[in-house]
Amino acid sequence: MAKITLDNIAHSYLSTPKDESDYALRLIDNIWDDGGAYALLGPSGCGKTTLLNIISGLLVPSKGRVLFDGKDVTNLPPEKRNIAQVFQFPVLYDTMTVFNNLAFPLKNRGFNKEDINKRVLEVAQILDLTDSLNKKAARLSADAKQKISLGRGLVREDVAAILFDEPLTVIDPHLKWQLRGKLKEVHEQLKLTFIYVTHDQVEALTFADQVIVMYEGAIVQIGTPQELFENPSHKFVGYFIGSPGMNFLPCKLNGNKAMINGIGIELDDKTADLGHKSHGNLELGIRPLYLEVHPQEVENSVPALVKSIEDQGTYKIITASLSGNILRARLPEGKETFSENAWLRFPKSWIRLFANDKLLTRP
Amino acid sequence: MDKWKDNKAWFLVLPVFLIVAFSAVIPLMTVVNYSIQDIFGPGQRVFVGTEWFKEVLSDVRLHEALWRQLLFSGLVLLIEMPLGILIALMMPKKGWGASISLVLIALPLLIPWNVIGTIWIIFTRPDIGLLGATINGLGIGFDHTASSLDAWVTLMLMEVWHWTPLVALLAYAGLRAIPEAYFQAAKIDGASTWATFWYIQLPKMRGVLTIALLLRFMDSFLIYAEPFVLTGGGPGNSTTFLSIYLVKVAVGQFDLGPAAAFSLVYFLIILLFSWLFYQVLQNVGKGETS
Amino acid sequence: MSLSMKNINLTVNEEIYLKDISLDFESGSTNIFLGRTLAGKTSLLRIMAGLDRPDSGRIFVNGKDVTGVSVRKRNISMVYQQFINYPSFTIYENIASPLKILGMDKTKIDRRVRQVAEMLHLESMLDRIPTELSGGQQQRCAIARALVKDSTLLLLDEPLVNLDYKLREELQIDLQDIFKQRDAIVVYTTTEPAEALKLGGNIAVLDKGRMIQTGVTSQVYHKPASIKVAEVFSDPPINLLSCSVDGASIKFGQNLTIPLKGHLSQLASGNYIAGIRSNHLYLNCQNQNDIKLETIVELAEINGSETFIHVDYGTTKLVVQEVGVYSRKIDSTIMIYLDPSNLFIFSESGSLILSPDNRSPEKLL
Repeated sequence: MAKITLDNIAHSYLSTPKDESDYALRLIDNIWDDGGAYALLGPSGCGKTTLLNIISGLLVPSKGRVLFDGKDVTNLPPEKRNIAQVFQFPVLYDTMTVFNNLAFPLKNRGFNKEDINKRVLEVAQILDLTDSLNKKAARLSADAKQKISLGRGLVREDVAAILFDEPLTVIDPHLKWQLRGKLKEVHEQLKLTFIYVTHDQVEALTFADQVIVMYEGAIVQIGTPQELFENPSHKFVGYFIGSPGMNFLPCKLNGNKAMINGIGIELDDKTADLGHKSHGNLELGIRPLYLEVHPQEVENSVPALVKSIEDQGTYKIITASLSGNILRARLPEGKETFSENAWLRFPKSWIRLFANDKLLTRP
Repeated sequence: MDKWKDNKAWFLVLPVFLIVAFSAVIPLMTVVNYSIQDIFGPGQRVFVGTEWFKEVLSDVRLHEALWRQLLFSGLVLLIEMPLGILIALMMPKKGWGASISLVLIALPLLIPWNVIGTIWIIFTRPDIGLLGATINGLGIGFDHTASSLDAWVTLMLMEVWHWTPLVALLAYAGLRAIPEAYFQAAKIDGASTWATFWYIQLPKMRGVLTIALLLRFMDSFLIYAEPFVLTGGGPGNSTTFLSIYLVKVAVGQFDLGPAAAFSLVYFLIILLFSWLFYQVLQNVGKGETS
Repeated sequence: MSLSMKNINLTVNEEIYLKDISLDFESGSTNIFLGRTLAGKTSLLRIMAGLDRPDSGRIFVNGKDVTGVSVRKRNISMVYQQFINYPSFTIYENIASPLKILGMDKTKIDRRVRQVAEMLHLESMLDRIPTELSGGQQQRCAIARALVKDSTLLLLDEPLVNLDYKLREELQIDLQDIFKQRDAIVVYTTTEPAEALKLGGNIAVLDKGRMIQTGVTSQVYHKPASIKVAEVFSDPPINLLSCSVDGASIKFGQNLTIPLKGHLSQLASGNYIAGIRSNHLYLNCQNQNDIKLETIVELAEINGSETFIHVDYGTTKLVVQEVGVYSRKIDSTIMIYLDPSNLFIFSESGSLILSPDNRSPEKLL
């Protein structure tokens, strides 16, 4: 296991980059602790795979250094960095059995037969592959194959980190569920550093202790899933995390209220204070989960038009229009029926203000 | 089923149908006709049934030619396949180097086959040929017109030079199709270059190599122009391969009957291998999981 | 337009791809085919399009038998998983291509192309070529090309599966609106229950080539006809517990016996399989009727606003889904609570007997 430090990393795929937009990865300065489960989350093209390849050694960054436990490994290739990688599609040695696939990294490193045997059996047990050890690897299902890919990394007891590049891409949804749980279980057991790249926020948030949200080559926010959900530091994080994403309403302040086309939403003192001190375009953000919708008027609520209600199985999504702004809210599974009108209540503790796309918080 | 209803398609196919009929089917029928008759002259024919087949199949010289042919094809494959793979492994993967090396490799394939024979005759002449003179200058007596061994060596060199590029091109295509991730994973697993070749590249090239193998076997089994131009089948019979022998019988001796029977047997052998080829191709398609 | 498929069967190399499928479609309807990979969704779609012929069975359009008619003669559009566009045409030309083939005049083509491009937010990219666009934009171009023809049958084969999560969400909303405005029969295949629910409409659940349930999407969700349907149509997977009824009480596992109440009281004695969705299992007691299960925590997954706790109840694995962030230690013993009125009861052979929604027993299928 190793502490991974990214020291002022930046990367451009062009040989002579001129300005910021030529960089696939802008300034990254980051430390990853031993044994954590990290997710790099972001849309296609945000630089997460570039960053992963720099950590693994498949790519040498244009600028900056990569350190493993304080040692500069920037120019070392992957095999010298002691990392393992699981790819988007299963990468296996087709001609070998499952056992030999798992034993391969150890054979190449000169371990003796007994040690190899012991280690392979251990890892096979952790991954529930014990029954398949003698089968030809090529015949197994996609999720089993991915487990084998992971296993090849786990057999090496001195592995510094295991990197995952969107590993569940080719797995069926119902198996995705199991494999995800298995990955988390393995992490809990072995406490190795896992770095997981994905564009799927459900995968990232359930798997990681710390999520690094990336957008257009830069890190936008790092935090626990809960922090990202409750206090997104940037409008992008509010939008990208959560299904549906955060609601944003352009507003102006009037005393302790946020005014949306003449309709006032009450804020708590601290939030209002931050709003008054800020500059730039102000927006009120609230997550669909926290926005309350009532069929009749209740205290502190504002009227809105109901556009649609969709049954999502475990909950319903109600889309409403408040003064021309579209909002979405989550309704628990229940028997409430709504007519054309609904009353929305914005709980003060869950309102967030954003100025010029950035979250207003106490310093 | 719709195709039966679509009459327009038949008109498009008709020209090809007619051409194939005239250039292949009818001549084939003619050969079959000759193979079961004894022809003394125009208008003088006697039906002899399977007699020619019996004669041909018991002809000692035919057996010799067949063994020579098999030996030749076997040796050729033994050299061409590994050499082709090696060349493919050494060719650059992308950029200008890739394009240039592809063109260079393909050059021998573009030369007409009898011209190749001619090139190599001159190339290996002990007096004026670059290779011939050099070797003789080193004190090694090398003359493909006199020594059977030298003739074989020359033929093999020529054949390998001519056709290894095909194997190389097919192997190259096969190698390019392997996703980069496999090599990355191998590096991460600490695999040596040999292990990477043996466990990743070779298995993944299975499909193209099978095609290359069968194509080369069939082609070398049919070989005619190059050895005919180079050695004419000599010295003696040492390089008289199957098709050369066939032509000798048919044209040289004007024994149309046995020649026709022989052609059919030859045709059936090739047909057998084509069928094998087809079967393997079908299974190769299925076997590819990944 | 109406489309009917009767007794469609397809066997390839001795493997049954489709068995005895019969479905009816009406204009202006959105129809989802839900199933795991290799369930037969794509095969069925191809037969509907006319790209393949079934071994037996017939297809009728407006009462006319079109089973043998080639795909070119049918008025259909299809969108694939891989973003398929003409690589050398601009986006404008790509979208216009079906109309050009139909011989429409230029001004009309222009109007239609721009209309559809606007619907899919492509107006600013009309003069670019597909390789210059992102995945999401390329797929939108493919969808635009399918929509511009105004065909009577619009087929989409997992069109969003290769796109980013967020993009998928947005397109699902856009597509919903687009489908509502059309008169065509829309058929959309997917492996994801959530996507099926978002798109609504009617659903046909497929499993190993067989159609195991059809109906209005949310209704099928709330009342799966069999365990198989419940399994295919749930994410997280539905929790299943074996139980047995003896007279007036029902027994779960080894030592939990409760009296039959509510909709369960109609059950005859025997062995059953009870099903309950993850979001109906709670970490805290919700009301008096709740029954308590003693379980051991295997894993806790938090996604920022919800917690999924995987527990072991004896030899059965269960998943609890709760809103809010809760942490529980692995290997600790926790109680989970469920209200028996939320239970599905299935027969041992898998068919639905009771569902929480209605109180009368289903006829055994």
